[in-house]
Amino acid sequence: MREKYRNMNNNLVQYIFSIADNSLILGQRLGELCGHGPSLETDIAMTNISLDLFGQVRSYYQYAAKLIGNDETEDTIAFLRKERDYKNVLLVEQPNRDFAYSIARQFLFDLYHLLLLEELQNSSDATLSAIAKKSIKEVSYHTRFSSDWIRRLGDGTDESHNRIQTALNDLWVFTDELFHQTDAEKAMVSEGIGVDVTQLKEAFYKRVNTILEESTLQTPTIEYFQKGGKQGIHSEHMGYILTELQYMQRTYPNMTW
Amino acid sequence: MLFAVKKMTEQIQHIDPKLFEILETVSDPEIPVLSIMEMGVVRSAKIQNGIVNVQITPTYSGCPAMDVIGDDIIKAFQEKGLEAKVELILSPAWTTDWITPKGRLALEKYGIASPLNETADKEALLGNKKLVKCPQCGSFNTKLVSQFGSTACKAFFQCEDCLEPFDYFKCLK
Ligand SMILES: [Zn+2]
Repeated sequence: MREKYRNMNNNLVQYIFSIADNSLILGQRLGELCGHGPSLETDIAMTNISLDLFGQVRSYYQYAAKLIGNDETEDTIAFLRKERDYKNVLLVEQPNRDFAYSIARQFLFDLYHLLLLEELQNSSDATLSAIAKKSIKEVSYHTRFSSDWIRRLGDGTDESHNRIQTALNDLWVFTDELFHQTDAEKAMVSEGIGVDVTQLKEAFYKRVNTILEESTLQTPTIEYFQKGGKQGIHSEHMGYILTELQYMQRTYPNMTW
Repeated sequence: MLFAVKKMTEQIQHIDPKLFEILETVSDPEIPVLSIMEMGVVRSAKIQNGIVNVQITPTYSGCPAMDVIGDDIIKAFQEKGLEAKVELILSPAWTTDWITPKGRLALEKYGIASPLNETADKEALLGNKKLVKCPQCGSFNTKLVSQFGSTACKAFFQCEDCLEPFDYFKCLK
């Protein structure tokens, strides 16, 4: 099964994974908060965002499955790949250390996600363009939610201010990777299908900076960045995420309910 | 009424009038008072080679109701002795503008405030202005509790006059 899959390793499929895997892994992280959010409202919000992301993932994976053919389905793509086959960025796999971390991670990802979708809408690939147009409406709400919380925590108490600042400082090392281009991405950009993420970098840091300023927070000035996820080289957290995500299909192959 | 519905939802043009009545019996499982026609999720419906082909579009990407709606459509046609196939399409993306006037009324009656226009929606969800009407007592003295409510498509509000909490269907455009 995995061999067949590798044979289907074409650029468009890889490109779809590079977008969809971010939403899958972040959705899984947010799902961990179900029943554990700091308040009922934030608990519901985070899990609803998770649901939106999973919905988007399904559209992407269904498309990828169609391209790969054979017996591939959205489920085999989500649940039966090996760690190195997931192409999500390191940022989304970072754990929910506290509410500030979850919000900082969400905020950084949302701003990037929105910029990406704004461009992906114009893809020459009709399916990707349709998914982007659909998702952008949802991601606008996510961005509003996370930006709002950045302001509330930043401009809140000393404790909330310090916590969100610490979270932003710690997660900052993962921001640069968002704008690294893989070979599959380069190929898709040249075909008018993919988005040139290097072009989004300036707008991203500008938007982040504006909101952090409004929130009385400092934009981190760290110059050292982590990378690897987009190449399938993940942090130590990824194995644990996949263990949970894949448990049912690994333990009871082909189970359905 | 039918004409108004036609104008509200452009997709009606692709719906075989013979199928309209059957489709109207299928409702959104999360909002049972609202038919999928009033919701504007049916994009096209026609009979080809004796099989009913229905295209539906999701409200929200992750909406779990879509799978149920698909099954319910097939069941509804089965009961009339017709075989149906349902296809989920993404483009053009669903917008709350496609909820018909009758649908908006049904929402309000059910206790869900219907979507405002895009600008008003933003103001209401940022808590800047009191624009969302309480579906219980009609007061505009309402406040946002949470940008996300019982489902992703709704926000959670509370009326400051009658004190009832309620869902507001967010504008999606
Ligand atoms: Zn009231």
